[in-house]
Amino acid sequence: MRRLLFVVPALVFVAIAGFLAIGLTRDPSTLPSALLDRPAPDFALPPLPGRDDAGFARADLGGGPMLVNFFASWCVPCRIEHPIIDRLAEAGVTVHGINYKDKPEDALAWLAELGDPFARVGRDQDGRVGIDWGVYGVPETYVIDADGTIVHKHVGPLQPRDLERTILPLLESLKR
Amino acid sequence: MSRRLVLAFLLALAMALPVHAALTSDELLQDPVLEARARAIGKELRCLVCQNQSIDDSDADLARDLRHLVRERLLAGDSDAEIREFMVERYGEFVLLKPPVTMGTLLLWGGPFVVLAIGGALIVLSLRRRRAASTTALTPDEESRLAELLDEGTGRP
Repeated sequence: MRRLLFVVPALVFVAIAGFLAIGLTRDPSTLPSALLDRPAPDFALPPLPGRDDAGFARADLGGGPMLVNFFASWCVPCRIEHPIIDRLAEAGVTVHGINYKDKPEDALAWLAELGDPFARVGRDQDGRVGIDWGVYGVPETYVIDADGTIVHKHVGPLQPRDLERTILPLLESLKR
Repeated sequence: MSRRLVLAFLLALAMALPVHAALTSDELLQDPVLEARARAIGKELRCLVCQNQSIDDSDADLARDLRHLVRERLLAGDSDAEIREFMVERYGEFVLLKPPVTMGTLLLWGGPFVVLAIGGALIVLSLRRRRAASTTALTPDEESRLAELLDEGTGRP
């Protein structure tokens, strides 16, 4: 009985330390998407005026794996991320853009300056489509499979290591 | 001098008051009943940007958009539960500041009671042991020594 009094607190300590140790390896600010493995929500967005596409809608998703990137010209991490998106597009990956709560002229100037890797761009002026996708801060990038299902969500700017470790292998496996 | 001190103190106190509700007057609903429901819902929804504030308390853009959305759905005739469901569908259960009782959150909700039960059991055990220890009778040697001491005490003037 006396020994139990010493062993039990020690065990409790080990259990709590274990949970905390696991907690240290996780980023609490990154939320898993509630939409994972569910079909992408319905939407139809107008184009950026002056860009030669007809906007971006739910019907444009599917037919092959692709990325959907939420971006804005006022978003500094988007600027950091942009060369990575360019690199993906050059590698033949279809990337669609959703311009989140931005002024169209600012967005167009931004794309003219940094390059325009997007197949289609939709203008989400009031951020309502963003809410439907569960966006809580730009940039966010979603991987969509050939059926139009959301299979992965990346919060924050894509880094080269994200491409190598997650995005590219995932796209490769979706092609098969 | 002292009046100045009092004033400074009051000013400090005023600044220490928490600023509740980032709501601005132009986003309130006309109907007080609906507005009250919107507040009740808003208090329970987490602002995803700041994460430890409700959408009513947060100044973040997204929080304002979500407040608008709550009011829009109320005007469209949605029930409170439907609006919460709408948010959970998009942002997951994390959006609820008060997580529902499910298998996954059982430990979260039940944990304090488990700890209380363990602590209570330990207290009962130790009290019982102490009582058992205190009722041990004195040995004959101790009794005679005690009597001696008591005699000594009363013998003095």
